[in-house]
Amino acid sequence: MISRWFHQLGSPRYFYRFSGRLIPWLAVPCAVLMLAGLYQGLVVAPPDYQQGESYRIMFVHVPSAWMSLFIYMVMAGAGAIALIWHMKLAEVIAISSAHIGASFTFLALITGSIWGKPMWGTWWVWDARLTSELILLFLYLGVIALHNAIDDKRTAARATAILAIVGVVNIPIIHYSVEWWNTLHQGPTVTKFDAPSIDMRMLIPLLLMAVAFKLYYAVVVLMRARCELLERERNTLWVSELAESK
Amino acid sequence: MNEFFHMGGYAFYVWSSYAIALVVLLLNVLVPMRNRRRLLAAIARRARRARRT
Amino acid sequence: MHPKRKKRLYLILLMVVGIGIGIGLALNAFNDNLMFFYSPSEVVAGEAPSGHPIRVGGLVSNGSVKRQENGLTVNFDVTDNAKTVTVEYTGILPDLFREGQGIVARGKLDDHGVFVADEVLAKHDENYMPPEVADALKTAHQEGVEGQAPGTAAQ
Repeated sequence: MISRWFHQLGSPRYFYRFSGRLIPWLAVPCAVLMLAGLYQGLVVAPPDYQQGESYRIMFVHVPSAWMSLFIYMVMAGAGAIALIWHMKLAEVIAISSAHIGASFTFLALITGSIWGKPMWGTWWVWDARLTSELILLFLYLGVIALHNAIDDKRTAARATAILAIVGVVNIPIIHYSVEWWNTLHQGPTVTKFDAPSIDMRMLIPLLLMAVAFKLYYAVVVLMRARCELLERERNTLWVSELAESK
Repeated sequence: MNEFFHMGGYAFYVWSSYAIALVVLLLNVLVPMRNRRRLLAAIARRARRARRT
Repeated sequence: MHPKRKKRLYLILLMVVGIGIGIGLALNAFNDNLMFFYSPSEVVAGEAPSGHPIRVGGLVSNGSVKRQENGLTVNFDVTDNAKTVTVEYTGILPDLFREGQGIVARGKLDDHGVFVADEVLAKHDENYMPPEVADALKTAHQEGVEGQAPGTAAQ
C-alpha cells in the first residue's frame, strides 16, 4: 500500500496534482506560525540583558542558518536517491532545493553580518564558523551553476548530485566549528546538551519561526519542483492538455 | 509604538535584517509562480500552433 | 536491493567517507591556522607567533579599564583566568565592550609586553535572557556567596 503510493508519487503527473493540492495545506499554517513568531519575537519577547533590542535579529538569522544546513542535507539525500534509484522526482527535488538553500544561506550570512556590526564591532571576520558558512553558499551556487552548464537534465542531475554529496562533509564542520576551534561566533544555545540557555519567552518565537521556515521550504520546494517537472515533461500529453485547459 | 520602531537605537540593523529576509522569502514564492504561468502559456501556444500545421 | 543499486550506494558511502577522512586530516594539519585567536596564556608563554599581527581573546578583567587623558586610548587587561595580557587600544569600542565581557583584540606585543591593538571586537556568549532575570541571577549568586560567610543572615 505505502510502496504503491510511493511509486505513484514518483510519477510526474500524479506528483503534480498531489503537490498542487498539498501546497495550500502547508502555506496556511506556515503564514500563521510566521505571523505568530514575528509577533512573539518583535513585541512579546523581552530585550536581552547584554544586547538590548538588537538580539531580535536572531529570529530570522538562526532559523535561516538552521535551514541552510537542513536543506543541504535534503538536497544531498535527494541527490543520493537520484544516483542510486534513478528517480526523476528526486532529481527535481534536489535542484529545486539548491535555489532555496542558497537563499537561506545568503540570509544567514547577511543578517549575521548586520548583527555583527553593532555587537561584535565588525561586519565580517574570517573565523571558522563564518568561513565554513560562506563555503556552504559557494557549494549551493556551484550546484546551481553546474546544473545550468549541462544541457541534458539527467546528466546534469547526476553531476550535481555528486557535487552535493561531496559537500556534505562541510555540514558537520559548520555545526562543530564553534566547538573545535576558537571563533568570534559564540557556541550553540539551543542544540547544546544541557538545557538551552535562553529565556522561554525568547525560545518560543525562535522555535515558531524555525517551524514556519520549515513549512515555507516545503511550500517553495514543491512550487519549484512543479515548474521543473512541467519543463521536463513539456512534450507529454498531460502537460499540453493541462496548459491548454488554463 | 515609536519605541517599537526605534528598537533601542538598533532600528537600522533590526529592520534592515527583517526587510532583506522579507524580500528574499517573497522572491522565492513569486519567481516560481511567474515561471509556472509563463511555462504553461508557452506550452499552450506551441500545442495550438502544432495543431494548426 | 538490486545488486547494481547496492553497488552505487556503497560507492557513494565510500566517496563520503574518503573525502571526510581527507578533509579531517587537512583540518587537523592546519588546526593552528583555523584558530581565530590565541589565549592570554599562549601569548604569555610565547606560543603565538611574533612579528606579524595576532589576535588575543579573553575576558576583560574587572576594574582594569582605564581611559587615558586624550579620551580615546583605552588600557585594559585581558585574562583567561590563568594569565593576563594588558591591551592598549585607540579607537571606538563595540557596544558590547565592558568589564567581564569576552573580547578579541588584533595587534602586536610591544617591547614592554603591552599588546597594542588596532582592532577590538566583542564576543558575546550563548546566553539570552531579559535584564530582570540577569539581575535576579546575580543577586541570587551574591546571596549564595554571602550566605556562606559566617555572621550574615539570609534575606
